Amino acid sequence: MAEIEFDDITKRYPDGFEAVKHFNLDVPDGELMILVGPSGCGKSTALRMVAGLEDISDGELKIGGQVVNEKAPKDRDIAMVFQNYALYPHMTVRENMGFALKLAKVPQAEIDQKVNEAAKILDLEQHLERKPANLSGGQRQRVAMGRAIVRNPSAFLMDEPLSNLDAKLRVQMRTEISRIQHDLHTTTIYVTHDQTEAMTLGDRIAVMRAGILQQVGQPTELYNNPTNLFVAGFIGSPSMNFLPGELDGDQLHLPIGTVRIPDSVRRQLDSGPGGGRSGIVAGIRPEDFEDASLISDRSRGHTFRAKIDVLEAMGSEYFAYFVVESEGVSSTELEELAQDAGAADLPHSHEGSQVVARLDAASRVREHEEAELWFNVDHLHLFDVESGRTLLGDGAGPDVARQPAAAGQQPASEPTGGASPAGEAPTTG
Amino acid sequence: MSHRARETSGWSLAILVVVVFSLVPVVWIVMLSLKTSASATDGSFIPHHWTLSNYSDIFKLGTFTDALRNSIGIGLISTLLAVALACAAAYAIARLDFPGKAAILAVALAVAMFPQISLVGPLYNLWRQIGLYDTWPGLIIPYMTFALPLSIYVLSAFFREIPWELEQAAQVDGATPFQAFMKVIVPLATPGIVTTFILVFIICWNDFVFAISLTSTTAAQTVPAAISTFPGVSQFTVPYGDIAAAAVVVTVPVMLLVLLFQRRIVSGLTAGAVKG
Repeated sequence: MAEIEFDDITKRYPDGFEAVKHFNLDVPDGELMILVGPSGCGKSTALRMVAGLEDISDGELKIGGQVVNEKAPKDRDIAMVFQNYALYPHMTVRENMGFALKLAKVPQAEIDQKVNEAAKILDLEQHLERKPANLSGGQRQRVAMGRAIVRNPSAFLMDEPLSNLDAKLRVQMRTEISRIQHDLHTTTIYVTHDQTEAMTLGDRIAVMRAGILQQVGQPTELYNNPTNLFVAGFIGSPSMNFLPGELDGDQLHLPIGTVRIPDSVRRQLDSGPGGGRSGIVAGIRPEDFEDASLISDRSRGHTFRAKIDVLEAMGSEYFAYFVVESEGVSSTELEELAQDAGAADLPHSHEGSQVVARLDAASRVREHEEAELWFNVDHLHLFDVESGRTLLGDGAGPDVARQPAAAGQQPASEPTGGASPAGEAPTTG
Repeated sequence: MSHRARETSGWSLAILVVVVFSLVPVVWIVMLSLKTSASATDGSFIPHHWTLSNYSDIFKLGTFTDALRNSIGIGLISTLLAVALACAAAYAIARLDFPGKAAILAVALAVAMFPQISLVGPLYNLWRQIGLYDTWPGLIIPYMTFALPLSIYVLSAFFREIPWELEQAAQVDGATPFQAFMKVIVPLATPGIVTTFILVFIICWNDFVFAISLTSTTAAQTVPAAISTFPGVSQFTVPYGDIAAAAVVVTVPVMLLVLLFQRRIVSGLTAGAVKG
């Protein structure tokens, strides 16, 4: 049981590349912290620095209040679950799980007892004498977990532990990990690139991009109050729609019409950092759209017409895709998001921005036909086009679900320890 | 006959020819060792009188039994040292990124290419001056040196195939780097280590150039060198039967070893060639 503190940690490779830049994060005892971000954002590097598998170039790393920068992995009392499990192929499951205890010269009887206990928790009892090669992917994953928990370490480090499993098993193991972590109440840092995993699993989430911490907070906080375009686009699936806009007093000009800024958003804007003179980006989550015919009180939002290009029926809902004619939004953050989604090479629709709306299953919208859509103005997100930062402060209005900052450790709009998301202001391209 | 069957039988014929061609000398040596000394040079392939007297003769010769002892001793020690050193070197080459890594590999390759015969003269003089002539270390040192490059190459291919995460997992589990190496890497590389061991042992076992030049008495003479000093019945007769019998005695174990481990040796030599 221990608290893990990153104090201004930087990882610099010999070629000068900085994988992690001035990283500040505080993981309190017993918390499940998720590090999430696109590949190459430095999240794994950060984790490996905690494990002691990477040297720390600058800053201090503390586990349980002790600086461990110079300590070897074996002296840090941490357990790690690797992406490819890293089970020892020449040992049985029992030997794999007891390896750490054996190295620590724990008496054999105690090793057996601890391994049996862990095997019971993980439902591995009947596989203890088998070799990893004879296990299924899910079983191997559980052995890797077992190897971590028999030691009762001060922290678990998990490096994308579920990414090698198939989708169904992944969901199952996700709840399993969550359950085990809560039962054992062991500080855990969990690295993933999957925002769904992050949202469902973590007590708190730290979003990283290009080695820089973007935002830390509870899942709902990141979802409702993303601090910049990157976080807004990364968290949530399908991701947030971005439209270029212009603020004119109480009016917001969007490609889908002019909207009056509601009081709740106004208050947030007033308490926000200011900016947006050179233009803003409006963010609307797909679920804030609706088929206008299903809305009884349209006054809370804005109604517009759009020609639906593609309609995906999910059963419980529809995903309606349409193109809004506009200049399009360009920002390095959004480009990186597109790249991460593998969409960077797709032909750009130069006529405008693609928008996805999530509509109720009762909707009568048809593909290739004009439809009347509505969106909730109260849930508008506004960002500065230059810096990509949000324009909304925490002057929470009554209509918007606002989460207080996690455990009151930092203000909602500011990442921990002042790791300024503006540290690397994206340039508009 | 289908095209396929014709092709198969064609191949079979070709293989048969090659096998017979390469086995004839071995069979001939075996036959020679079973002839009496009088009929050794009678020109017949199959002996008229079968006898095992050549075998009993050579084991009565002190030269041969001493040489056998020297061969086994020197071979095993050289091999053990070479494999142990190569393990360390190959591990470093496979895992660490240090300056001069390419240079070390290049030097190792150069050593392997070095014609051994060109070193025999200088070594002979050097060994005589520092007292290593006709001693076990006098042979162990050159054997080990010439076996190292091959060992390093084979072993580093094996080590490279072992996922790095395993070692890191061991380190996080509380192992020192040395423990991680001994308890995780070495057990996984066992097939490679066995392969290397056999290859190196065969090289040492078969060597003639160093053995004949750097030894003179039964103190350090190995079998290949000892065979050439077998005494005939008289000064003018060559003891063909004894030589053949000794040759069979030292060849058979090696052949058995290779046959037993041939799959491992082949996979050992090609490890890392393609991503498995």
